[in-house]
Amino acid sequence: MTDPLDKLKSTMESATPVPDVAARARILATAQQNFENFHAASQGSPEAARPTDNRSHAGVWKRMFGMFRSIRPLPAMLAGSSLAVIALGVVIVGQIPNVTDRAFREPLDTPEQTRAVEELLTRQDAKAPMVMLEIGPSDLDDAIAPSFQAPKHQSDMRQRAILRATADLVHPKVEAREMNERYPDATTNPLKITSDEPISTFSIDVDTASYAVMRSSILGGYDMPREAIRIEEIVNYFDYSYPVPDAAEQPFSVSVGVSQTPWNDGTQLMQIGIQGYDIDAATRDPMGLVFLIDTSGSMNQPNKLPLLIKSFETMLRSLNEDDTVAIVTYAGSAGVVLEPTRVSDMGAILGALSRLSAGGSTAGAAGLEQAYQVAASMQQDGQSARVILATDGDFNVGISGAAPLTEYIADKRESGIRLSVLGFGRGNYNDQTMQALAQNGNGVAAYIDTLAEADKVLSEEITGALITIASDVKIQVEFNPAQISEYRLVGYETRALNREDFNNDRVDAGDIGAGHSVTAIYEITPRGSDAEMVDAMRYQSEDMATSRDEYAFVKLRYKRPGETQSNLLELPVTADTDAIAPEDQDWASAVVGAARLMRGEDLGDWSLSDARDLATSARGNDPHGYRAEFVRLLGLLPE
Amino acid sequence: MKTDDLELVKAAQLGDRIAFSSLLERHYDRMYRIAYRMLGNAVEAEDIVQDVCLALPQKLQHFRAEAAFTTWLHRVVINAGRDRLRKAGTYDRATQGWVEIEIMRRAETAEAQEGQDWLACALEQLPHSLRETVVLVIGEEQTHAAAAEALEISEGTVSWRMSEVKKTLTDIAKQEGMIE
Repeated sequence: MTDPLDKLKSTMESATPVPDVAARARILATAQQNFENFHAASQGSPEAARPTDNRSHAGVWKRMFGMFRSIRPLPAMLAGSSLAVIALGVVIVGQIPNVTDRAFREPLDTPEQTRAVEELLTRQDAKAPMVMLEIGPSDLDDAIAPSFQAPKHQSDMRQRAILRATADLVHPKVEAREMNERYPDATTNPLKITSDEPISTFSIDVDTASYAVMRSSILGGYDMPREAIRIEEIVNYFDYSYPVPDAAEQPFSVSVGVSQTPWNDGTQLMQIGIQGYDIDAATRDPMGLVFLIDTSGSMNQPNKLPLLIKSFETMLRSLNEDDTVAIVTYAGSAGVVLEPTRVSDMGAILGALSRLSAGGSTAGAAGLEQAYQVAASMQQDGQSARVILATDGDFNVGISGAAPLTEYIADKRESGIRLSVLGFGRGNYNDQTMQALAQNGNGVAAYIDTLAEADKVLSEEITGALITIASDVKIQVEFNPAQISEYRLVGYETRALNREDFNNDRVDAGDIGAGHSVTAIYEITPRGSDAEMVDAMRYQSEDMATSRDEYAFVKLRYKRPGETQSNLLELPVTADTDAIAPEDQDWASAVVGAARLMRGEDLGDWSLSDARDLATSARGNDPHGYRAEFVRLLGLLPE
Repeated sequence: MKTDDLELVKAAQLGDRIAFSSLLERHYDRMYRIAYRMLGNAVEAEDIVQDVCLALPQKLQHFRAEAAFTTWLHRVVINAGRDRLRKAGTYDRATQGWVEIEIMRRAETAEAQEGQDWLACALEQLPHSLRETVVLVIGEEQTHAAAAEALEISEGTVSWRMSEVKKTLTDIAKQEGMIE
């Protein structure tokens, strides 16, 4: 009889795959870089400590950009989806703040914490961002969650701050570009000359994902790609006190205000505020929700699947008992984990959620198909149905490209099933795909970085996210060249429409959910202002509508739910139009200015600290503290 | 003759890049092997090795020539693997992974198939503590003493575990009709 151990040895050897060559080279190169950073830093040369050369990633990037056209051998394929979740370099600058001394005497709860703090203590050259000490308790709860268990003594702020600082050490600073994150390319809208192009057309956008990505970047110490800042999404993250319509017949109100531009004496800001009709959550019709959950290997991180599960639990509490929930997961293969179940049977839903675990590759397309099938079955029961996709955006197996996928989603949209997208985690986050999916599915795209954000998106705004009160909402503004010589639409770069699309009801545009508000801002240059960038033309002035003192004429088109023909709303704007509260104008101006600075635009002498001062003065009524949080975030940015 | 691991480590600790890179080159496959055999999943294995490698410049500073470098490294990888296994869900996947990989491999390589089925099956049935012991003693040909040091258990426990493994494997082999 052969010794079973000998047999085991030979089979073990033959069954162990050879390490992937590309991955091996990449990991070794990155480790080498870390090694050099580490030793450069300990020799007191912070410059050399920055993660600079990551050329070894070139091949990886290439691989990630071309979506997987054919099935590759499994090990390599899986490796592609889990790349770059690890910090690539240690950035070590600055000194440990003195405040840590006291905190270190506090007992630490877990071996991980102890180890991390010890590490901090032994590294006198370590980066310890004292800025984190300013973050409020609710932020910390979640900001810490990804790397550490929160301390048991919830009140001990100092200890949390230290944890946060050590978390930064353990998860060194990463540049988003060096991870496999993708953002849609969006060049800033150019300045338009009114006499050349008097008409500006765009679709509304109610997404707020960019705000949460920005927050997560600032708090996590990531460098942010410019294109990740979508100004309209940051402006729209906040509530404004626009008048709420009384009846559903007029689904939203439109308010316009003109104010002085804080960073330019020669221009003005024209703010258009749209406020959707609000529906009482308790009396709305029951609806069906299909949670389509990405359980692929890359989701297996504390700030992904576990946060996702908690987020959905939060959401369940704000649904009505008659609503129905189903869960479909995809990882390797797609499957229905929970058949349509009424929310009153909470136990069954929570049970299914708690059994989710991450593993395998990402079969996004198969998952979507299955989710839509379940949603269609819900529709047959007379409910409205919606698919809510939760993923880190890694949609790369079984799809030959983004285009067929978005076409498929657009097709389903026609049958009344909308798609909302929730993004989780950093490193693999594919903002580009998420945006494309949500825009084509007429749903909301949100990025969930903390449980507090989940609460905002999924509980407070749940009816807005799920009940559409107006669809295909387009805005067209005609500027009067006699009054306004130049204008620039701030943000909405990914939402531009052609002039002729405005009256074409077949052209899709964004939807407004119950209670949602949408804000759009133009920076306008009155004729004769010092700020004019282009000289006036000699031979056109005669034709202009000189008799009209209007700045612009704002037109909106929208469809009521289920209708195919659009309605038109119009209103003129003059220099005196001031239907928006000064605080809301100042707030929006501060946010726009700050966001433009974050995008690397030049606003003359006007700096982030000016933005912060203006924002501070304009916080106004801020029941949820969203505005206060933004002010704090601004304080964390380097000047 | 190759430079001693210990000398490379000492040089690397002082910031010698070439020493560090030689160490990694020398031991990468070993780390991968251990991680793979613990988890039965190539992605996870790569993840773990990446974690370990990227943290190694710092971790290396804590290495005090009290143990052989490989023993120390085994411990680091085993600990990383254990952490991974402890995380929710991974426990199930560690066994599922074998099956998944097997299906792929079967399609790719027809040969040695029989043995692999047997291994997948056998490893699946071994508890994690036995599996990590096997990975070091059988896979890396470590002495019971060295394995004990890496696993931070007593030598007697390693020997006991190995006899348990032998028993379990014999049982499985009998069930499969591979031996009478």
